[in-house]
Amino acid sequence: MNAEHGIEAEGLVRTFKGDIRAVDGIDLAVEPGEIYGFLGPNGAGKSTTVHMLTTLLPPTAGTGRVAGYDIVREGPKVRAAIGAALQEAALDNLLTGREHLRLQCALHGISRAERRRRSDELLDRVGLRLAADRKVGGYSGGMKRRLDLALALVHRPTILFLDEPTTGLDVQSRSALWAEVARLAREEGVTVFLTTQYLEEADALADRVGIIDHGKIVAEGSPSELKAQIGRPTVEAIPRDGTDPAAVARILEQFGEATGGSPKGVAVRLTHGVTDLAGIVRALDAQTIELEQLELHAPSLDDVFLAKTGRSLEGAGEEEEEPEPA
Amino acid sequence: MTLAAQVGHIARRSVRRTIRQPANVIFPFVFPMALLAVTSAGLNPATKIPGFPTDSFLAFFLAFPFIQGALFATMNAGTDLARDIQSGFLNRLALTPMRGGALIAGQLAGIATMGFVQAVFYLSVGLAVGVHLASGVAGAAVLLALATVIAIAFGSLGAFFALRTGSGEAVQGLFPLLFVCLFLSSMNLPRNLIEIDWFRYAATANPVSYLIEGIRSLIITGWDWQALGLAFGIAAVLGLTSLAAGAWALRMRLTRT
Repeated sequence: MNAEHGIEAEGLVRTFKGDIRAVDGIDLAVEPGEIYGFLGPNGAGKSTTVHMLTTLLPPTAGTGRVAGYDIVREGPKVRAAIGAALQEAALDNLLTGREHLRLQCALHGISRAERRRRSDELLDRVGLRLAADRKVGGYSGGMKRRLDLALALVHRPTILFLDEPTTGLDVQSRSALWAEVARLAREEGVTVFLTTQYLEEADALADRVGIIDHGKIVAEGSPSELKAQIGRPTVEAIPRDGTDPAAVARILEQFGEATGGSPKGVAVRLTHGVTDLAGIVRALDAQTIELEQLELHAPSLDDVFLAKTGRSLEGAGEEEEEPEPA
Repeated sequence: MTLAAQVGHIARRSVRRTIRQPANVIFPFVFPMALLAVTSAGLNPATKIPGFPTDSFLAFFLAFPFIQGALFATMNAGTDLARDIQSGFLNRLALTPMRGGALIAGQLAGIATMGFVQAVFYLSVGLAVGVHLASGVAGAAVLLALATVIAIAFGSLGAFFALRTGSGEAVQGLFPLLFVCLFLSSMNLPRNLIEIDWFRYAATANPVSYLIEGIRSLIITGWDWQALGLAFGIAAVLGLTSLAAGAWALRMRLTRT
């Protein structure tokens, strides 16, 4: 196992039957100890990339090294170095949490005495001690995800792959999982490769983010760097009932180009940034235009996605599902 | 970790999950016994047919539960494996150092355990209701071994279907087909006493007949080496063929590098 190495990939490609190019020439360089957020809509190629990097699916072309090992030629060594919680908690509803952990420990060759100790330690860590002897079928979604994470950690991996770990979880469970992932990276130096379709997840957790769309990385950098690329904030005005939205739009468009806003609102990306805001308020006041609301939006990762792909991340994946990696 | 240890862990899980599903326990134990009771009561007059090999239809029909139990093993093994594929549990196992062979062998070891326990139960019920085992105590041991081998053979077939299709529904679709094979066999009458030609031909061509006749020989005949050889041979061929096909299907499914 090699903690000095992270994840590298060059020109990674995966095609499926019907000439579907799920991953189309991805380059990656994830540093050891880094949390890398892989952000994209459904069907963008996130899970296929994870399946290739975790050796579950051979790439059609390109090369990849995980923990210093080649993902095609040194599969067993890669698997020994990594932990993975794949999309949908893959658990047996008929086994208890403790039985899952003991089985996972056993298959990783951990001794019987150590199995007991490691299982208890992980159950404590993910807050499942009290539910340890209940069948997993009775667990909530959050509990299943926490168990899934614990199972990925039994053999003390140096690199952790988490494929949409918080999809479908409530806010509380999501926060708890974020805290544990952050702790793993900060305190134990675990490299985390995290796929997500949630902007706030990538924003909150990731040191760097790669945005993937149609199998290609369209942007990469730290969340702040990516937002800085977009640079300018947007302002959105929601006219009060009886106020002509076109009149509001005419004034706002003096300060920047129109951009997508809420259905009732008018939004522009400010040409000179926040300093334009005072001018907008003065211009609206001079025309005695009454507003319901006036909001300044700092650039978000969704703005980055929009700028790079011409689409908003929300709903961008609805038209296509990622093919089954089989 | 040795292959045997891996097989042991997977087998333990297989047994554990089987006994935690009441349907997987109740049906294989209750249904064959219920059918044994009803059929042996209803068809007992068949023993009066000249040439019928025994005067107890219960003893004659006792071979049936062993085969029906093995069919349940097919369905349970296949459905459980298909569920692992659908839930992603197979991928979780694939990320451990577990060898592919250990998955199938472990699953089959679990099936063998269940098949053996079922066979002990059927035999105990048979002896309790007065069936005399013509082959004696040694015959009982051979009967349990044969029943276990047959359960493994059918379990391998279920595992192959699961690995090939990845669908529990497809595996369950196999069950009625195998059940038809069971009914088109010599389960109710010796083949030489079946008067309808097409049925006799079907029963003669049907390998299930020879599995039944192997078990039946130990119960009512004693040591019929030809019947035993055919039963063990057919079970071995079915098992090994299904196992080879299952191993191929597993390689196709587990594309890990």
